[in-house]
Amino acid sequence: MLSFTKFKVISIYLILISTIFFASLNTKNINIIDKNINLGLDLQGGSYILLEIDTKPLVNQKLQSKVIPIKKLLNESEINFKDFVISSDNISIVIEKKQQNKLKNIFFKQQNNTVNNFIPEYNKFELDLKFIQNKAFIQFSNFGLVSLNNAALKQSIEIIRRRIDDVGTKEPTILQRGDKRILVELPGIDNPERVKELLGKTAQLTFRLVSKDDDFGSEKLILSETNEELTVNKRVVISGDNLVDAQPQFDNQSNQPIVRFTLDRLGAQKFGKITTENVGRRLAIVLDNFVISAPQIREPITGGSGTISGGFSFQESTDLALLLRSGALPAPINIVEERTVGPDLGKDSIDAGVFSLMVGFVLVIIFMFIKYRIFGLVSNISLIANLFMMVGILTILEATLTLPGIAGIILTVGMAVDSNVLIYERIKEELKTEKSIIHAFDTGYNKAKITVIDANVTTLIAAVILFIFGSGPVKGFAVTLGIGIVTTLFSAYFIARHLTSIIVLNDKNGKYFKL
Amino acid sequence: MNNKINFSKFFKTANIFSVLAVVISVLFLFFKGLNYGVDFKGGTLLEIRIDNNNIQIQDIRSSLNIPELGDVNVKEFGVEGDFLIKFEKNANENKEFIAELKKIISKKIGSAVNFRRVESVGPKVSSELLKQGLTAIGLALGAMLFYIWIRFEWQFSLGAIVALIHDVIITLGIFSVLSFEVNLSIVAAVLTIVGYSMNDTVVIFDRIRENLLKYSKIKTNEIADISVNETLSRTIITSLTTLLALFSIFILGGEILKGFSFAMILGVVIGTYSSIFVASPVLNYFKVTQKTLLKDDDI
Repeated sequence: MLSFTKFKVISIYLILISTIFFASLNTKNINIIDKNINLGLDLQGGSYILLEIDTKPLVNQKLQSKVIPIKKLLNESEINFKDFVISSDNISIVIEKKQQNKLKNIFFKQQNNTVNNFIPEYNKFELDLKFIQNKAFIQFSNFGLVSLNNAALKQSIEIIRRRIDDVGTKEPTILQRGDKRILVELPGIDNPERVKELLGKTAQLTFRLVSKDDDFGSEKLILSETNEELTVNKRVVISGDNLVDAQPQFDNQSNQPIVRFTLDRLGAQKFGKITTENVGRRLAIVLDNFVISAPQIREPITGGSGTISGGFSFQESTDLALLLRSGALPAPINIVEERTVGPDLGKDSIDAGVFSLMVGFVLVIIFMFIKYRIFGLVSNISLIANLFMMVGILTILEATLTLPGIAGIILTVGMAVDSNVLIYERIKEELKTEKSIIHAFDTGYNKAKITVIDANVTTLIAAVILFIFGSGPVKGFAVTLGIGIVTTLFSAYFIARHLTSIIVLNDKNGKYFKL
Repeated sequence: MNNKINFSKFFKTANIFSVLAVVISVLFLFFKGLNYGVDFKGGTLLEIRIDNNNIQIQDIRSSLNIPELGDVNVKEFGVEGDFLIKFEKNANENKEFIAELKKIISKKIGSAVNFRRVESVGPKVSSELLKQGLTAIGLALGAMLFYIWIRFEWQFSLGAIVALIHDVIITLGIFSVLSFEVNLSIVAAVLTIVGYSMNDTVVIFDRIRENLLKYSKIKTNEIADISVNETLSRTIITSLTTLLALFSIFILGGEILKGFSFAMILGVVIGTYSSIFVASPVLNYFKVTQKTLLKDDDI
């Protein structure tokens, strides 16, 4: 165990030197390769936001949109029906029993089905149909729900990305988490409240006419500015989908912040037609079920662009323009988890973490030197090498260092000496019975090997499980703990052993062997 | 080591003590429960720093005594002027909850407030995190059991697992008794304790196995004694260096790592104790002898 081939020695120190090189990349002056340890949000400050989409309203909305096609289908197929009822998740229709089979056949037709989409991905239909006596129930199939959900999630991620890019935060992370959630990480952000407000808004914009009287096709909405209640027609003239651009501006006359929007060709046509036909009536501009403003149509607007005013502050008009540009979320979004660390706490954490790391390190080094003298020195050199290698590997992997991650490094420092202690204690025992010092070292290293590996594998198991199940900062702890075990084994069995062999082989008188 | 300590003499007393400690811990966990942080209970946590030294904790408490905010818990946190405020409510129900909280606090306190940390966890996520944490600990125990079972015989595996469960239960029991907060980092600490305690146990087990093969005439308890003694200086030195590192985190690493390092310190002490006084006697109870080892081929 004490003999090293030249090749082995060279490899060992090449590995060590290259990790030291990578570790050095983290200092400010050295920028040969663009690799760095990333600081976690808990160290550099920033926000971690977990969003969850709520597809329930979407299901209802999609079901609503099926009403006209279904009625059309029933009429075309000459199926008699009555009591057409829409609830939150299904449609029920009363149909005579003898006509039920007919409906079934046309409902599950693969080609040219105007009602029930076939999803080739799953080889299934979007809607389910079942009969209970004389009632037919139509609802989304599980596959229909999944595909609805996936499409909504994908679209939401896209829209959230646009909104965040528009705000201009540096290096945001936007990821899908599971099948309903979106993870947003915003490093170094000062005011998460504004971003959160932008993320949470559905931003469903519609232009609708204000009705004169309560009728079946209208609903009561609140005008945000004055809290006045308006009766607004449910029929949408144009929606945010028709928008191609929106910019904040100042109104020429009142000098108030407003939002100027531009419509696409189809939107411009519709808008022109409606405004021509309804001069004198009020047009409500509705955002997420609140009326922003309801100006009177003074003259036809045919140019395909217009303005929205609503007593905004400049910030509000900027945000509204941003929301309109990025588009509406397909479903409402909720914040289910949020963690924000201010930059000064992050800096305090780094300072405290690094300081305690240094103190712990020095204490362990002093202890080992007192206990084992020259071999303590060997162990300490390998401990320093270990620390460099950990930092080096973290850099190569571009891993994220968190506060618990720093704790993991400190803990590794404490536990790393274990391997050397195990070996030295074993050698001590061997020296009691063994006359040849070289032989004692040899068997000591050999016999301790199995124990050292066993002991480290157990900690590695804990680290791996923690990595799989942990989130955020805790994951950082698993990373440093796991890497620490690998570097510890390397430094004990290669570096420390090589240094020990140099001492043992050059010291035939046994001057140093007072372990 | 020349100083031979007759550990096996204390095995019985230690085991009674351990059983008592585990029973008391379980009773506490059952009746008092753990003081879950926002990670596992849901709610909102704010860490604030106020430069104005005249503001006392009572001022913050009374200023937040508003029915709409629900249950509020304020405590001092580290240096003077730093406070930790916990609310049972979270941003899930009301998107502007945190923005409103910040406004209320800034207005009521009247001087500059630095919001250093905000954590808000909804009820669904918190229950998922708790489930994940428990699964992780369960899996870690299972994986350890499996590893030892492959490397040793099943009796060893059981001995190690008994010791591990002993460590985890007592550590959590102490957290329950002291009402210390249990959050995600405590789960990390518990998992590391599992790894550490296992590490300690494996070192002793390795030696017991070696000695069982070396001496055929000596009783298992005595073999355990010899093995524990032979590895004792290593056990002590490693515990000491690990504790040196942990105490430096505990004292100097800042408030956030306090609970984590405290759990680890407890775990290292209990884990060291259990590998000597819990894991080794179990081998004797299962009547592990040289024959047990020789029956298996996979040595």
